Amino acid sequence: MIRFENVSVTYEDAAGPTLRGVDLTVPEGELVLLVGPSGVGKSTLLGAVSGLVPHFTGGTLSGRVTVDGRDTRTHHPRELADLVGTVGQDPLAHFVTDTVEDELAYGMESLGLAPAVMRRRVEETLDLLGLAELRDRPIATLSGGQQQRVAIGSVLTTHPKVLVLDEPTSALDPSAAEDVLAVLQRLVHDLGTTVLMAEHRLERVVQYADRVLLLPDAVLGTPAEVMAVSPVHPPVVALGRLAGWEPLPLTVRDARRRAGGLKARLERRREERDPAGALPRPVPSPDRGSVPDPGPRTPHGPAPAGTRGPGADPRVSAPAASGARGSGDGAPASGKGRGGGFPLFRGRRAPAPGAPDGAGAPLLDVDRLAVRRGRVEALRRVDLRVAPGETIALMGRNGAGKSTLLSTLVGMIAPTSGSVRVSGLVPHATDPRTLIRRVGLVPQEPRDLLYAETVGEECAAADADAGAAPGTCRALVTELVPGVADATHPRDLSEGQRLALALAVVLTAAPPLVLLDEPTRGLDYAAKARLVVRLRALAAGGRAIVLATHDVELAAELADRVVIVAGGEVVADGPTAEVVVSSPAFAPQVAKILAPEPWLTVEQVEEALRP
Amino acid sequence: MTRASETPADPTAGPAGVRSARALRRAADPADPTGAPGPRTPGTAGPAGRAGWRARLLAPVADRGNALHPGAWWLWALGLAVAASRTTNPLVLGLIVGVAGYVVAARRTDAPWARSYGAFVKLGLFVVALRIVFSVALGSPIPGTHVLFTLPEVPLPAWAQGIRLGGRVTAEQVVFALYDGLKLAALLICVGAANALANPARLLKSLPGALYEAGVAVVVAMTFAPNLVADVVRLRTARRLRGRPAGGVRAVLHIGLPVLEGALERSVAVAASMDARGYGRTARVPPAVRRTTNVLTLGGLLGVCAGSYGLLAAQGAGYGLPLLAAGLAAAVGGLRLGGRRSVRTRYRPDRFGPRSWLVAASGIAVAVLMIRANAYAPDALHPGVVPLTAPELPLWPALSVLPGLLPAVIAPVPPAREESSA
Repeated sequence: MIRFENVSVTYEDAAGPTLRGVDLTVPEGELVLLVGPSGVGKSTLLGAVSGLVPHFTGGTLSGRVTVDGRDTRTHHPRELADLVGTVGQDPLAHFVTDTVEDELAYGMESLGLAPAVMRRRVEETLDLLGLAELRDRPIATLSGGQQQRVAIGSVLTTHPKVLVLDEPTSALDPSAAEDVLAVLQRLVHDLGTTVLMAEHRLERVVQYADRVLLLPDAVLGTPAEVMAVSPVHPPVVALGRLAGWEPLPLTVRDARRRAGGLKARLERRREERDPAGALPRPVPSPDRGSVPDPGPRTPHGPAPAGTRGPGADPRVSAPAASGARGSGDGAPASGKGRGGGFPLFRGRRAPAPGAPDGAGAPLLDVDRLAVRRGRVEALRRVDLRVAPGETIALMGRNGAGKSTLLSTLVGMIAPTSGSVRVSGLVPHATDPRTLIRRVGLVPQEPRDLLYAETVGEECAAADADAGAAPGTCRALVTELVPGVADATHPRDLSEGQRLALALAVVLTAAPPLVLLDEPTRGLDYAAKARLVVRLRALAAGGRAIVLATHDVELAAELADRVVIVAGGEVVADGPTAEVVVSSPAFAPQVAKILAPEPWLTVEQVEEALRP
Repeated sequence: MTRASETPADPTAGPAGVRSARALRRAADPADPTGAPGPRTPGTAGPAGRAGWRARLLAPVADRGNALHPGAWWLWALGLAVAASRTTNPLVLGLIVGVAGYVVAARRTDAPWARSYGAFVKLGLFVVALRIVFSVALGSPIPGTHVLFTLPEVPLPAWAQGIRLGGRVTAEQVVFALYDGLKLAALLICVGAANALANPARLLKSLPGALYEAGVAVVVAMTFAPNLVADVVRLRTARRLRGRPAGGVRAVLHIGLPVLEGALERSVAVAASMDARGYGRTARVPPAVRRTTNVLTLGGLLGVCAGSYGLLAAQGAGYGLPLLAAGLAAAVGGLRLGGRRSVRTRYRPDRFGPRSWLVAASGIAVAVLMIRANAYAPDALHPGVVPLTAPELPLWPALSVLPGLLPAVIAPVPPAREESSA
């Protein structure tokens, strides 16, 4: 169906070719997943299939790309429109019309299909993607997951033989992502559509793939073969490699069936290290499986063995980014978050506002916060306390109110009722110049923070804004992303570098509380790992971090506490291990495999197995 | 609307839109009486035999299938506007504005374009105020005896004779300016009503095939403006995160470049998406047809220009009209032929059904009746200002405005308003 013959793509003013000598044949009806680190040309390869590369993007394509026998050299993207459906990274940039139904029909109108056919296909597609209720809605009012489904639907109506998707689930919460993937699988199974898809979040997609194409070397093979050698891989594969499972499991289910031995080993290890068995095991709470679980809000069991004072930094002693977090005390997950838990519990028992006592004075104190936009209650009765050194993950579906909460914390939105105190200041009533020394937010699109033409200017401006000594920001940038030249335009940075630059700009003012909104969107595993290292170092330095994320693996690796928001209310708030493991949607892969053991990340398992 | 109470605010139930979409479906389903849209349509819930013709006459809940043709709304609004242009009687003008406002209130949807009505009303009020201010400041040729007050007059050199700054302000001139301003405001409000009731994107879609792609370009541009505004808001708030004040001219200047950059990137992305989805696919047309198309279109446009000149110029009115007609015919023919090059088809085009005809006819009726009223009651429609008299509401002209209310009864009822502010 798709053939690449010795294809190389070189963009103008690029140092070398983005794709080099790719030979590739994708047969009809396969779901092929493109994997590889950022910047190896995944999007370029996808664009070459739809003809947008080089017809639209410029650059030079050598070799030959044929789709169903049509050479993209002689066929413009619009002449391939009946054959190839393309959905880019940003669904909003894909939409041409303003309502769902028109959008679904647009491609068919361009192809000149008969009205009766169009009508039938629109109805079919509405049903296939579960969009029937949204048919008359303006697209701008839809949530991210709905928009992604509309974008996919809008290319499905022309019945393309090939579907090309660039990161279809990156912006989605876990359940919306599963909806989209279920649809793709149905297309492959029922209609024999060939799907070519690039995705960073492999833990979501790899089990659906028939074959995996690993770039930059263009190795095509079965998922198990490729994952065995791939530098990017989901946690389940990492665990499989660690445990030496052969063949490599790709799904949680496969891994679980093999995990018996590993679990026993881990159990033994834990008993060796903690012979008395005195530590409370955090996971097996009686009501596992329901997210709105009030359990984590009340302390159960005795205090952890290494009794820490309330509000004391749980990780000051832990070497930053060594990966040994929390493993000092036998039950890795239970150790984390305790320190952070205490201010919360205290808040529950004595809800007297503004009465922080002693060393545990919270950096952030949110008391019965409510935010309304028109008639919509975006947030209701939200209570949240964050102590220095804590890392908190805000999770919840798209549109649950996570971003609204973060915006309120930096004063971009004034609370309708209730109060927010950041280091004792009321954010929306504080002068921005003062506020940035107390709290900093890295927005969902880091580019929003950057105005200047070059990284150097950006850093100088950040120093001036924050009143910091000249060179502070530049030093932070060098520390976070070594090797970024002063003269680079922020737009030319990779996603990860841009995020690091925005983070550096925020950190220039040295705020004790750092907020991040969806930091891992568009990051590959390597960039994500670097981000995790940086954030852990920050937390070890006594900063509090709050991140809103859909990425359960990130939350498992970083957060001491997880707060789940639904419909504008906090429905769960507790140590990561307790909240996350008890939820089918928010549990990381390792937790699912090793449940009921309290391990969350491959790193923890590795550390525990180390002699 | 009354039905808003049926879907109480309950944010835990999911996004507001999903709820209202559900309400819409419920309302559209005649078997489910809970969704019956208010007391006016209980007939649809009953079996067809009982309510019979009455059920059929009731306005249905609007959905895509029964939407009025946007052209019908424009004809209706233009009819009202023509009527408004034929009178300066503030009471009749008020009646026309009231009719337009009532129909908008009864039949407008929650769509973004529907909110433009308020802007047009404000613009109308601004026009009235401006007209009065000019009249007060610059004086007026209206002779008057009731001096309200006297502004200090600015002495002007001899060559500026005929222009006055300041001076006497009479009640007559203010009332005259008020009437005049009201007329303009009423015209604007009628246009605003059409804007609020008719989906501009669908109106553009009704263009002939040859112009379709231009229409799509306009639609894309229109969805662009709100995005641009959203960008500005987002970047302005992001300035706060950098510790800079979000307001002020400097802030706007500073974010101008990033906003434009973003807009440019988005337009490139949309263009790529449109191309990949078949925008601009053309059918092969024989060269003869192509040439004929060009000749017809260009010749037609030339004919229209020459014809209009003939009509407007002092001489040559004799051949102006035929030339204009011939030019129009050629241009229409050219557009039709040009449509052959486009392979596009239309998905669910709006049909000009009976309800659309009635809506259009009601507007035209108002216009025609008002023009006739000018023949039999010119004084009542143009109340004098010298001497000052209180305007009366003439019975028959007032009644002839009322057919404009018809759309409020026969146009499909928009589905329940969404509560979200999105």
